[in-house]
Amino acid sequence: MQLPRYHRLRRSFYRLEGTRCNRCDRLFFPGRRICPDCRSQDVEPYQFRGRGTLYSFTNVQQPPRGFGSIGPYAVGMVRLEEGPLVTSQLTDVDGVDLVIGMEVEMVTRKIQDSSEHGYIVYGYKFRPLLTGAR
Amino acid sequence: MRDVGIIGIGQVPISEHWDLCLRDLGALAALRALEDAGTDRADAIFVGNMLAGELSGQENLATLIADSAGFLPIEALRIEAACAAGGAAVRAAYTAVASGAHDFVLAIGVEKMTDHLTDGITSALATAADADYEAGHGVSFVALNALLMRRYMHEYGSTHEDFAAFSINSHENAVHNPNAMYRMPITAEDYATSTVVSDPITILDSAAICDGAAALLLCPMDQAAAFPRQTIEIAASTVATDTLGLAERPDPLHWGAIDVSSHHAYEQAGLAGPADIDLYEAHDAFTIVSALSLEAAGFARRGEGVTLAREGRIAPDGDVPMSTLGGLKGRGHPIGASGVYQVLEVVQQLRGEAGPTQVKNAKVGMAQSVGGSGSVAVTHILKN
Ligand SMILES: [Zn+2]
Repeated sequence: MQLPRYHRLRRSFYRLEGTRCNRCDRLFFPGRRICPDCRSQDVEPYQFRGRGTLYSFTNVQQPPRGFGSIGPYAVGMVRLEEGPLVTSQLTDVDGVDLVIGMEVEMVTRKIQDSSEHGYIVYGYKFRPLLTGAR
Repeated sequence: MRDVGIIGIGQVPISEHWDLCLRDLGALAALRALEDAGTDRADAIFVGNMLAGELSGQENLATLIADSAGFLPIEALRIEAACAAGGAAVRAAYTAVASGAHDFVLAIGVEKMTDHLTDGITSALATAADADYEAGHGVSFVALNALLMRRYMHEYGSTHEDFAAFSINSHENAVHNPNAMYRMPITAEDYATSTVVSDPITILDSAAICDGAAALLLCPMDQAAAFPRQTIEIAASTVATDTLGLAERPDPLHWGAIDVSSHHAYEQAGLAGPADIDLYEAHDAFTIVSALSLEAAGFARRGEGVTLAREGRIAPDGDVPMSTLGGLKGRGHPIGASGVYQVLEVVQQLRGEAGPTQVKNAKVGMAQSVGGSGSVAVTHILKN
């Protein structure tokens, strides 16, 4: 990923920041500058808590370029407790029986370590909710 | 708007064409369509393609194909709509003729994939998805479909085995299509023991990497009688869109773009609904897409797309024949070309030239090209 692009994405990648439409109150992840429901541009950053449940999951056996060194790896879709669905890598799942509906939480991890641009891309992943974290 | 018909079809057999480059594939299909129509006239070409920039380092593709085919200096434009590029090129050619901008227009679909290794193609295909929020996280295109398939099985209580009939039907029909890539039947056991690509999706749930090109010559219906082949009318041509990111839809298992484009198409063609369709060439890039397509287009209730397949109703002698010449799974899925092959095969069916998998008394056929994970759907309904 190009550096300026990565820089633009840093808030959403590092801490799961999306947006909220001030006209219709809808929440978005990824954040949107324009609300597609009411076309308002009156949106503000919204910090998601990073908790949710697993909507679906799979394993990537044939990683795309740049992800070969970490593959095969698990990915999933997570229903955030605030509503939106997020597509993400899953982490800390070795030996875990993944089940749709299980509770998960967001952590910041290394997403890609063979960036052609010479730096490491970090971002959100989801892991099974640690016992006692509820 | 003028009524528009298809008067010529041309295709290159789908294969790994080590000795044919992008420009020649496209030009050969175009010239074969003109030959079929018995004319050398093309006023414009619209080229459906997704990956020439990414895989061949070649943009400005339509001009290159016009040049290769000896069409200069006519209008030549490339149409991109991810995996629906082929359908979108047919749509562009249709609107050009219907509007009166041109009389004789070629819709060409072409894709050259096999010069690359798997990881390069996996990355290229992922550009159909959201680059920042799907592909950027290592979520491949297969993985997005696998996420859908697992969720489908969870919500409806179906099993992986329930999807077998889609793949078996596609391969069964491809056997009889000389232009298909996989002309061998598969068994339920082959399906059950196939290698996993992204669980629960296996190789036999997925259309394979290949090269191909197909072309159609369109003209106004009132000029079509002068040409030798039976004219097949384009009774409907529609496009609808949905969010690029799969996760951003209220319900990822309902493909709204297919729903909207299908129902607009039924209306445009003057049909009551899917029951009036004699064959349905759906975008069976993955078995899960076949199920979701049947449901969104109104052929099956939600969760029952797999039932239609299991009951044999998608066979050429069933009530909803699908993938009648192999579909994307059996014929092959050269991405931006597939949508043109689909329309071409509906033409073959409506001309009565589909061979052993001919659908009896086929009068109305539907071809549907889908881009991304359901983010754009192009639907054409043809009548003979
Ligand atoms: Zn709004």
